[in-house]
Amino acid sequence: MSSKLARGVALVGAGMSKFGAFKGKSSRDLFVEAFVEMLESVDKGIDPKEINALYVGNYSSDLFEGQGHIAPIMASWTGLSPLPAVRVEDACASAGVAVREGILAVASGMYDVVVVGGVEKMTDLPIEKVTDTLATAADVQYEIPAGFTFPGFYAAMATSYMAAYGATPETFMKVGIKNHNNGAMNEKAQFGAKISTLMEARRQSAIKKGLPVPEWDSEMDFMHDDRANPIVAWPMRLYDCSPVSDGAAVVLLVSEDLAKKYTDHPIYVAGMGQASDGALHDRPVLNSIPSAKLAGEQAYRMAGITPQDIDFAEVHDCFTVAEVIASEDLGFFERGKGWIAAEEGVTSREGAKPINLSGGLKSKGHPVGASGVGQVVEVFKQLRGQAGPRQKPGQLRFGLTHNVGGTGQTCVVHIFERRD
Amino acid sequence: MDNQFTHTAFSSYLNEHRLMGTRNKADGSLYCPPRPIDPLNHSIDMEWFEFKGLGKLEGFTIVYIGSTAMIAAGYDRKNPYCVGIVKLDEGPMISGLILGVDVFHPETIKIGARFNATYVDRGEGEAKKSFLAFEPV
Repeated sequence: MSSKLARGVALVGAGMSKFGAFKGKSSRDLFVEAFVEMLESVDKGIDPKEINALYVGNYSSDLFEGQGHIAPIMASWTGLSPLPAVRVEDACASAGVAVREGILAVASGMYDVVVVGGVEKMTDLPIEKVTDTLATAADVQYEIPAGFTFPGFYAAMATSYMAAYGATPETFMKVGIKNHNNGAMNEKAQFGAKISTLMEARRQSAIKKGLPVPEWDSEMDFMHDDRANPIVAWPMRLYDCSPVSDGAAVVLLVSEDLAKKYTDHPIYVAGMGQASDGALHDRPVLNSIPSAKLAGEQAYRMAGITPQDIDFAEVHDCFTVAEVIASEDLGFFERGKGWIAAEEGVTSREGAKPINLSGGLKSKGHPVGASGVGQVVEVFKQLRGQAGPRQKPGQLRFGLTHNVGGTGQTCVVHIFERRD
Repeated sequence: MDNQFTHTAFSSYLNEHRLMGTRNKADGSLYCPPRPIDPLNHSIDMEWFEFKGLGKLEGFTIVYIGSTAMIAAGYDRKNPYCVGIVKLDEGPMISGLILGVDVFHPETIKIGARFNATYVDRGEGEAKKSFLAFEPV
């Protein structure tokens, strides 16, 4: 097996729908929105007739919408039929893996121009059915009958991490506050508001309804309030959990030699990696995700760089603890030190290693089968200086995406590079 | 190959309140849940092995919003439950319900504490099924 692509691949377009809860909009409606925005993002334009194939990340349209076989539907609704259309499913990493499959297809020489999207429509189901649907990403024979839920898995990882390294539930609350600060600058975010803004909204709502007006001293005081921020699976509370979301994201991949035909500022695939694993109880420890470490190492090796070279990262913060663990698995911080970096603001917008400038899954939203492409959209925009009010200032060269399926049964990492 | 190391077989043993896994006959590696192929060396020369059920707690959570099955079993926000992962003395880790702990004071539940397997029976007659759980030693 080679650690290099047979030929280079570049990213030349990216678009996404708003993430949120959209009554009356199905997968295809959201996918079309993201696809059109992707087409409009291509600097020198693209004729859709130049596209060779479509890859669609999607976790469970079957259970969420009662619709299987959605890749050809997305192709049909975007006018791409009769092109080959492939659905990719690796739980919450579906879209990240779809990106990888698209890159491999272009690198093989078989295709020159490939569209990769991700889509999920989750909010039609009642919350307990959403919980059950997400649970099918775990081992339904040996994990779910014990009583685990997804917040529960990550909460168990949190208790292991806290006992090993000294973090507290407050550490994770601070990650949530940070991601909401970032998401407040993202017009596509589902909960694009600071915690302080959400607090004020609750106060105003209470006043309007003539109810007792809640008072909190600070954002952390709000985070500790069992009523405002109830426990979902201790130590994970509501504001430690990414929301239930609808959304779609789409990117355009082309062979490196064609990149300048579409834009003077392509973003290149510098490295990538992917690994699989068994159930959470099958791992040597609970406070690290081995597949993430492996995927990261493969990506760094391919790119010929180290974690220190990464300017910013979009990591899979399905739960706040996951961001802390990811920051160690990806080598940004030593084992057991990620929580200290989070508390000291190293991963904030202003810090040395900004994580989740988009607001992350926590604030931006987590339509599971779209999230991996959503991360790539953010890296594309940040590297090209097009991220608007949330643009990280300065010269950015390397951006990393880290997309996890389940509790780490799948992890896929990509490193993108701006070379001009 | 007629694979006998199935989840159905594991569940039948659980219904007899026995925690069974597999052992690689050549090198003695142990697996729980039972595995038909040793993932480390691809051996298929496996046999059943009964675990004592003793071990230490590796991680846990108190679930306030449970799965549909746990809600049906009587758990809810006012009656949350503890679930965790126990590292058995023989080596493997396994998921199970954690009983006999103070779910309203999770800080009293210690990682590394000793637990022993126990079994929760749900359903009646033909539908009766046992689930793996652990309680403090």
